[in-house]
Amino acid sequence: MNETDISTSLAEIVRDAAAARTPLAIHGSGSKRFLTGDIDGAPLDVTGHCGIVSYEPTELVLTARAGTPLREIEAALAEKNQMLGFEPPHHGPKATLGGTIACNLSGPRRPYSGAARDFVLGTRIINGKGEVLKFGGQVMKNVAGYDVSRLMAGSYGTLGVLLEVSLKVLPKPAQEITLTFQMGADEAIRSMNTWAGQPLPLSAACFLGDTLYIRLSGTDKGVRAAHIKLGGEQDTRGAAFWQELREHQLLFFAGEVPLWRLSVPSAAPFLDLPGKWLLDWGGAQRWLRTNANAIEVQSAAEASGGHAMLLRNAGRSKPVRPSTMVASHLARELRHAFDPSAIFNPNLSLA
Amino acid sequence: MSRPQPSMPPSVLRESLLPALRRLLPASAVLDTEEDLRPYECDGLSAYRCLPGLVALPDSIEQVQAILRLCSEYGVPVVTRGAGTGLSGGALPHASGLLVSLAKLNRILEIDPLNRTATVQPGVRNLAISEAVTPHGLYYAPDPSSQIACSIGGNVAENAGGVHCLKYGLTVHNVLGLKIVTIDGELVTLGGKTLDSPGYDLLALFTGSEGMLGVIVEVTVKLLPKPERAQVVLAAFDDLEKAGNAVAAIIAAGIIPAGLEMMDNPAIRAAEDYVHAGYPVEAQVILLCELDGTNTEVSEGIAQVRELLTNQGATEVRTAKDDAERLRMWAGRKAAFPAVGRISPDYYCMDGTIPRKHLAAVLKRISVLSKEYGLQVANVFHAGDGNLHPLILYDANKPGELERTEELGGKILELCVEVGGTITGEHGVGMEKINQMCVQFNSAELTQFHAIKAAFDPHGLLNPGKAVPTLHRCAESGRMHVHGGKLAFPELERF
Repeated sequence: MNETDISTSLAEIVRDAAAARTPLAIHGSGSKRFLTGDIDGAPLDVTGHCGIVSYEPTELVLTARAGTPLREIEAALAEKNQMLGFEPPHHGPKATLGGTIACNLSGPRRPYSGAARDFVLGTRIINGKGEVLKFGGQVMKNVAGYDVSRLMAGSYGTLGVLLEVSLKVLPKPAQEITLTFQMGADEAIRSMNTWAGQPLPLSAACFLGDTLYIRLSGTDKGVRAAHIKLGGEQDTRGAAFWQELREHQLLFFAGEVPLWRLSVPSAAPFLDLPGKWLLDWGGAQRWLRTNANAIEVQSAAEASGGHAMLLRNAGRSKPVRPSTMVASHLARELRHAFDPSAIFNPNLSLA
Repeated sequence: MSRPQPSMPPSVLRESLLPALRRLLPASAVLDTEEDLRPYECDGLSAYRCLPGLVALPDSIEQVQAILRLCSEYGVPVVTRGAGTGLSGGALPHASGLLVSLAKLNRILEIDPLNRTATVQPGVRNLAISEAVTPHGLYYAPDPSSQIACSIGGNVAENAGGVHCLKYGLTVHNVLGLKIVTIDGELVTLGGKTLDSPGYDLLALFTGSEGMLGVIVEVTVKLLPKPERAQVVLAAFDDLEKAGNAVAAIIAAGIIPAGLEMMDNPAIRAAEDYVHAGYPVEAQVILLCELDGTNTEVSEGIAQVRELLTNQGATEVRTAKDDAERLRMWAGRKAAFPAVGRISPDYYCMDGTIPRKHLAAVLKRISVLSKEYGLQVANVFHAGDGNLHPLILYDANKPGELERTEELGGKILELCVEVGGTITGEHGVGMEKINQMCVQFNSAELTQFHAIKAAFDPHGLLNPGKAVPTLHRCAESGRMHVHGGKLAFPELERF
């Protein structure tokens, strides 16, 4: 296990860059580059800042440096029969904690346990002035000061360099089973949302082709009782299915057709767009392979109360972010408050 | 002193803003006489009082926008108030400012059972949401003890907690969307019914921002299915450390209780005298552990928890026979504050959070401080999430006792920071803990907070003087940032 603290030298680089107004492209292993496209600037490699700083299983809290590989964190947790509750996608063998939090990436468990941002308890960051700042902490409840730690999640490095993250962790469920049901999309959307409104130990729900996949997690007896209530066939390949879904390794994700992600209210009716669909997160995250034009896809997502993003376009161009960004002037002011010299990932716009 | 006050001649309030408000709102929605202003002079922290300059009671988003545009134009400070149940003086009025009460914005706008969301105005009471969605088998999870009275807007502004936080999270985990009005009067929508939104997570930033960044005018909350069954176990211990170990053992066994509460002997006695919950009054500590879920899960879990508690040396383990007994067990805990109120002329409720493993040491240190100051302290503790509520018993009529109480309270909060915790778990900083912010954060961090504030409110008109102290104030209060527990209380370094 590699443990190195290079925060001092990282802060120095940032201070120099701020003074010279040199753009920096913050990166970990590069596994999430498909989400951002190429970033202009001198590379700032955070992978050297790594290691688990503390892990207290009975406090349900782990703190690690941003460059720590997710794999290492998950292995340490597994030893104590615990896990990251947001089931993060890795998208690469060397995926780091910092990149995962910076992109706020969450897996199939997200609707039932929460997103990456929900598990962030505290952070240590370098702001655009090169100052090392600490926000939040290692306790579940903390309302002192603005919630900068959660703001860091999903800010793609545009507000600061993540140095350290404290996360709430969860016990691994004693039992997990996957059930499958044959049905159409409309019925699947209705079923996923109806069941989510009932006291059932759901931990994932996905519709692909003509199959609804439901994962149940909990105690052995609890899971069995829910199986009897719901019916369905038990899929012995279940664990592999959810992992392949999380990592975009299902056949659905292969090939050259552009891949869109639509974030919509989970019970939103099936959208009438051409292409192939995969409905994850109980209907709240919908993947679409389509050649339809961007305006058509984005308008459909917005009409149903959500938004759409083009992630993979056969490697030909940058991702297309949602057309309407929220409160762009507030976002610009906020970014300036953290990074007055505009050095962090400058060509990445979240406003 | 607090942060520099917005510069505004005193006459502006009554000569310019008042007539403008009268044109905008019905006569009954603008208050300016002392008699009418008096009820607004404090929130739940009544030790801090200040008569507001004026009070406005808008009943639409458009009115809120217009009011904020006027305040911007005239440079008048604005304090937003929900139900006024806050415990940190966050809604303490500004003497030359406008207090905006959102009490009239009290309508439930939409319940969407299939998407499991409710969209409500900020003045809707916390409990009213759960009551309204009960027919759908759903509820809103965060349940601060004041949930009968507190409003959802105030809950968002404070990121309110409750006894079920460990399993179901805080307000920030249960809110999907907000509509806010900026100080310029602009209406901004953050989030919605989706699980994420493009751009920065301003939803998270606004949650717990204590009225410093904007005015919350609409809230979309996430609803959860009502658990099939809830069951509570009460365990008594003759020793604090054993009780602390029992909590750790439950968590280590992979159980996440819906509620896990601890009370010490003074709190147990006060609660028992008040509500007759059947608590063992001889116990040093009691633990209340509630599990919820499906019938099968709860049965399995309760058996496991009983065994763990017994193995950890509990002197008594009792499972509620029926729902009536379960509610009685909780009634004692939920009434702990008023119960303490009966045995002391006044009490002061603290709100620190600590890493749970330090509980025994922190409580011992509190009892030393309690003797030192000659003030009794009763402790109730959200043991699952480390949120400690020491209640300091005092008598405001005795000269100097409030000051001593505040000093003891400050010491307790600084102790929380020292062991790696925080000065406020769920009540907010407000006016009350502004000096302790200087202990938890260094000047670069406080400066970053001010920069965030300025991004939304460049002239500092929203809730001025609260939540984040000026560097000047920190220097004057003489409090120092504690660096990773390296200062004071050397005996604490042993754990």
